[in-house]
Amino acid sequence: MSTAASQKRGFGTVLWDYLTTVDHKKIAHLYLFGGGFFFLLGGLEALAIRIQLLQPENDFVSAGFYNEILTMHGTTMIFLAAMPLIFAIMNAVVPLQIGARDVAFPFLNSLGFWLFLFGGLLLNCSWFLGGAPDAGWTGYVPLSITSPGHGVDFYVMGLQIAGAGTLIGGINFLATIVTMRAPGMTYMRMPLFSWTTFITSILILFAFPALTVGLFLLMFDRMFGSAFFDVGLGGNAIIWQHLFWIFGHPEVYILILPLFGVFSEVISTFSKKRLFGYTAMVFATILIAFLGFMVWAHHMFAVGLGPVANSIFSLATMAIAVPTGIKIFNWLATMWGGRITINSAMLWTLGFIPTFTIGGMTGVMVASVVADYQYHDSYFVVAHFHYVIVGGTVFGIFAALHYWWPKMFGRVLNEAMGKLTFWTFFIGFHLTFFIQHFLGLMGMPRRYWTYLEGQQLDLGNQISTVGAFFMAFGVIVFVINAIYTAVKGEKAADDPWDGRTLEWSIASPPAHYNFKQMPLVRGLDALWIEKMEGKGRLTPAEPLGDIHMPNSSFLPFMMSLGLFIAGLGFIYQVNYNWAYILLFGGMAIMLGSMLARSLKDDHGYHIPKDELEREVD
Amino acid sequence: MADNTNSKDVNPFQKQKNKEEMQKQLITFALMIVFTIIAFVVVAAGVMDSMFVIPILLILAVVQVGFQFYYFMHLKDKGHDMPAVMIYGGIWAALLTLAGLGVITWW
Repeated sequence: MSTAASQKRGFGTVLWDYLTTVDHKKIAHLYLFGGGFFFLLGGLEALAIRIQLLQPENDFVSAGFYNEILTMHGTTMIFLAAMPLIFAIMNAVVPLQIGARDVAFPFLNSLGFWLFLFGGLLLNCSWFLGGAPDAGWTGYVPLSITSPGHGVDFYVMGLQIAGAGTLIGGINFLATIVTMRAPGMTYMRMPLFSWTTFITSILILFAFPALTVGLFLLMFDRMFGSAFFDVGLGGNAIIWQHLFWIFGHPEVYILILPLFGVFSEVISTFSKKRLFGYTAMVFATILIAFLGFMVWAHHMFAVGLGPVANSIFSLATMAIAVPTGIKIFNWLATMWGGRITINSAMLWTLGFIPTFTIGGMTGVMVASVVADYQYHDSYFVVAHFHYVIVGGTVFGIFAALHYWWPKMFGRVLNEAMGKLTFWTFFIGFHLTFFIQHFLGLMGMPRRYWTYLEGQQLDLGNQISTVGAFFMAFGVIVFVINAIYTAVKGEKAADDPWDGRTLEWSIASPPAHYNFKQMPLVRGLDALWIEKMEGKGRLTPAEPLGDIHMPNSSFLPFMMSLGLFIAGLGFIYQVNYNWAYILLFGGMAIMLGSMLARSLKDDHGYHIPKDELEREVD
Repeated sequence: MADNTNSKDVNPFQKQKNKEEMQKQLITFALMIVFTIIAFVVVAAGVMDSMFVIPILLILAVVQVGFQFYYFMHLKDKGHDMPAVMIYGGIWAALLTLAGLGVITWW
């Protein structure tokens, strides 16, 4: 069965396989393609923004359309590009790294992906159905309450559905890491990427409910005539900002922590050294997550919370620089005296360190309340968060893709194209955003669709736009690289980087059951220990036996489709009665699928022992 | 754990334990219903000042949440350290948020 996978299969078979798969490795591919698609879409929106700002009083897009592009760029990049791409890496790597055959809930894993995809599609349907959301990615009320048309409704429903998928994914990884670690893999022997995934999942579990609640309140206000945020009827507009940022600040750590794990793996592997200060790294991550929950109001310094609240949140925010600094120094110390190989994955990592440190430094600057009154709502803030999110998250995703591509697809990405991507993207990034610090200090406000002549803003904006095209070029080269590799890239060895962790001890790409026998883990960097002190391969922790595998299922797709249809129904029931058909029909599809899942027992299947024995080692 | 999933051949020790477990569940369930009735009666009778009623309701609620976690969700059993960490972590995050909002609003 598994050996037959190399045979040519028809397109329909492959499509059906991916629509129904519950295999974490294939779901990783799906997340990668879905997230990659939205990343390109968000990139196009970014280019449109930069073209509009190329010269003073430009009219490349109208003011209203600019608001839509701006909103969708932020929303798409955060929720539909960065998060799914992170989930792609987590799905591809974490079960292999902890020595598990799949995640704890394979069915839910698939459901999480399809919810994200349908949520994203629903959000982007708004382009064709009367205009996209235009209230900023933060959707601040009262702007988002009074925004005419259905744009913000699509924002509410799309993010609600995609957010449910994210929550499911986070819970799944928690359960997986708590219950499914290989024999001998204690918490303090877990590779750092698994650790950061674990912490990130905790953040998802605790942070996303705040967004869910906020979106529900906004939905009731916009579609069902409630008045949670309507000051005229006794509501409170500030509550939205609190709810959004109670979610939103942990969210930025959700975006960066997994990539901290990636960099730790990459630096350790390519420096041929155990990660310096592993324990400190773990506790620094926990500390960042812990502090991340008590700093949300630093996004609201200008709201008028009062000097005491502002000071407390300002101090707490600056405290986060300490564990982050610990991490930066540990990475440097890991490289110190190591035998360093510089390839694409390592280049992204090396590019990350100074870039993210600049972002962290401006972070401390905006954390200071008095100074923040100057920076607030200017391009300085735009520059700051692009330095941390692009310099941290996007660089990290590229590093992870170059590092784990062999494990995900069985091919090594082309090095020359990888380096070209890095250098053009890296130079383009700094061209685009470094100058924006100064544009901000010169007083250019963020979110405005145009600016006037003769304010010394022209040159800075031109440089910024040129940089954006460099970044676009880099991304295009990466896409070409991926296609080229798929067509005629070199076949990857099982362990192309002389790796240290469990995922490099099995085939590239792994068999669908991952591990024929559970490996016995004897310490941190399990494979490296065996390479240095053992036979060079992992000792099995169990005799060869039947392997229990989950069945594929089409139900996750149907459930998500049902919610998508119901979402359209919720949006249009405000104007049209026929939309109730969509609403109830969609809910019926979803609930029916859930009922089918509950009533029909699905025990999975077993791969018999003799079939495993027959496979050549 | 996987060996215990077959319910047909339970050994006597396990049977006794299951019986005790069921007793505990039933007692807790009855107590929770009693607490709920008390809560309703206290409010409906209107004999007490709201200054007393509110703390009583809160205490009853906390006890019920404790029952829920420790008996129905098995937090009292062995091997539930990680769920306990998660639940207390969640309570901590929620308390922090509430404290933060409270301080901001009423300081």
